[in-house]
Amino acid sequence: MTATTKEAITSFHPASAPDYLPVPPLRDLQLSRLRAIVSRAYERVDLYRGRMEEANVTPPDLRSLEDIRKLPFTVKSDLRDTYPFGLFASPLRDVVRVHASSGTTGKPIVVAYTKEDIAVWTNAMVRSFACCGVHEGDIIQNAYGYGLFTGGLGAHYGAEALGATVIPISGGNTDRQITLLKDFAVTVICCTPSYFLHLTERALEMGVDIRSLPLRAGVFGAEPWSQNMRQRIEETTGIKAYDIYGLSEIVGPGVANECLHQCGPHVFEDYFYPEIIDPDTLQPLPDGQEGELVLTTLAKHAMPMIRYRTRDITSLSAEPCPCGRTLRRIMRIGRRSDDMFIIRGVNVFPSQVEAVLLAVKGTLPHYQIVLTREKNLDKMQVRVEVSAELSGDRVKGLEALRARISDAITTGLGIHADVRLVEPQTIPRSEGKAKRVIDQRQI
Amino acid sequence: MKTKQLSLFLENLPGHLHNVCKALADANINILTLSMADTQQFGILRLIVKDADKAKAVLEDAGCVVDLTEVVATEVADHPGGLADILEVIRKAELNVEYMYAFTFRRGDKAILVFRFNNPDAAVAALEAAGVAVIDDVEIYGRAE
Repeated sequence: MTATTKEAITSFHPASAPDYLPVPPLRDLQLSRLRAIVSRAYERVDLYRGRMEEANVTPPDLRSLEDIRKLPFTVKSDLRDTYPFGLFASPLRDVVRVHASSGTTGKPIVVAYTKEDIAVWTNAMVRSFACCGVHEGDIIQNAYGYGLFTGGLGAHYGAEALGATVIPISGGNTDRQITLLKDFAVTVICCTPSYFLHLTERALEMGVDIRSLPLRAGVFGAEPWSQNMRQRIEETTGIKAYDIYGLSEIVGPGVANECLHQCGPHVFEDYFYPEIIDPDTLQPLPDGQEGELVLTTLAKHAMPMIRYRTRDITSLSAEPCPCGRTLRRIMRIGRRSDDMFIIRGVNVFPSQVEAVLLAVKGTLPHYQIVLTREKNLDKMQVRVEVSAELSGDRVKGLEALRARISDAITTGLGIHADVRLVEPQTIPRSEGKAKRVIDQRQI
Repeated sequence: MKTKQLSLFLENLPGHLHNVCKALADANINILTLSMADTQQFGILRLIVKDADKAKAVLEDAGCVVDLTEVVATEVADHPGGLADILEVIRKAELNVEYMYAFTFRRGDKAILVFRFNNPDAAVAALEAAGVAVIDDVEIYGRAE
């Protein structure tokens, strides 16, 4: 490799061996792991046993992979309802790590890992990196947030296990990101794609030309993005932009990752079993057809997820990939089957904003959330209609109200919102119900 | 002895003030005086009109949120120190002026000011005790004609 070509080294990593399993043994492996994990869930988790009894199905009923369809689905509210440890299949002493992400209302969603689970996750991340040509000796700047969010630590463990040099810079502090990118001769960056575009613009202002740096690839995820955005990133910076997919409920990042051919993330199917269903009828759909992605963890001990409805709308492709992997790929995720949106990598449900407004005023005013992207940074504006209860003759009263709502959103959701008080009847109603989220971002 | 004031929430956008004034004009309601408090995003328009209840109904029909507030109108000598004398009374009574504005017309050599106090009743009592003329609705409307 020369510094000018920025060509990725396509060396084979031993951890990637399962990526190339012929399909029949892969399906056998999936079935045996599925049976083990469903038995574990049935024996150890009340919710799963209860649901399976209701559905009149027991673990021995799983005779083929298709029999997974007999199992009940798991949804996000199940995690909230069993908060904090109700879905754990391991005693707490065996749990070495918990992460948490925002739920649909006030309470977070908790996920847990045993030592073995961390190893599985790390391995999935190693395979993710290897999949897109990241290798030992790379210098990886990890700009995913460290902490309760799974992104930071997930990518960190994988990068270290890969033998790369990790810069655990976490999110934010753009100027320092650019300085280190340059001074440490970083070759790979991990962050959300919109943040990378923001970083690129700031670099230009600082007089740093990303094209002249050794930076070769970006592993971008934690938010939906488009082919257009990939093109923009690659054309303006000369790096390769790879899509990584994951969600905390399943493991975190590393559920699926793109290979060098960039034709949709390969699902690490020996760990995470994918299905596509019709979100309305809940019936399974064949490969190639668009529907909701449902995932089952095949190798997690502390918190098995059985047929978890991701709410992400996509399709599965079993078309052969030139890379030779037998793992199916998920296509671009354009929308969701619920009203969740992602802003700066943070999952937000309108119901969370609603809960804040209710808590602040005691009544729920008409409101609307407007999402925009300025300088590649997502902005959330919350428009609140002034009503007789909220109005008054003093500016300070209204300013204080605005500040209270804004503070409560920052505290409750962990993101800043620009709160606007608007005149009554200015938020359009459709069929009596207002459209809560207006997404003006060009993704 | 207090006067009714209408307060309206308005977004700080072109045409919004006009809409309110147009609605009042169409209902043949004259504005005796007004004040506008503005921030970057919104404003509060405060109005004194002859028939506050009718104006409130008209504006609510036009889709506004209208708040009725009691304010105090007083005569103030129109010479240096006139306002300071009144504020001295208010300071001694440990009351706070939230905001104030003036009428466009005068009474003899006196100006008429509108005060929004944190405690209007205590303010009226303090002003009257100090011999300051507090003007009621009837007199204001009479003056305006």
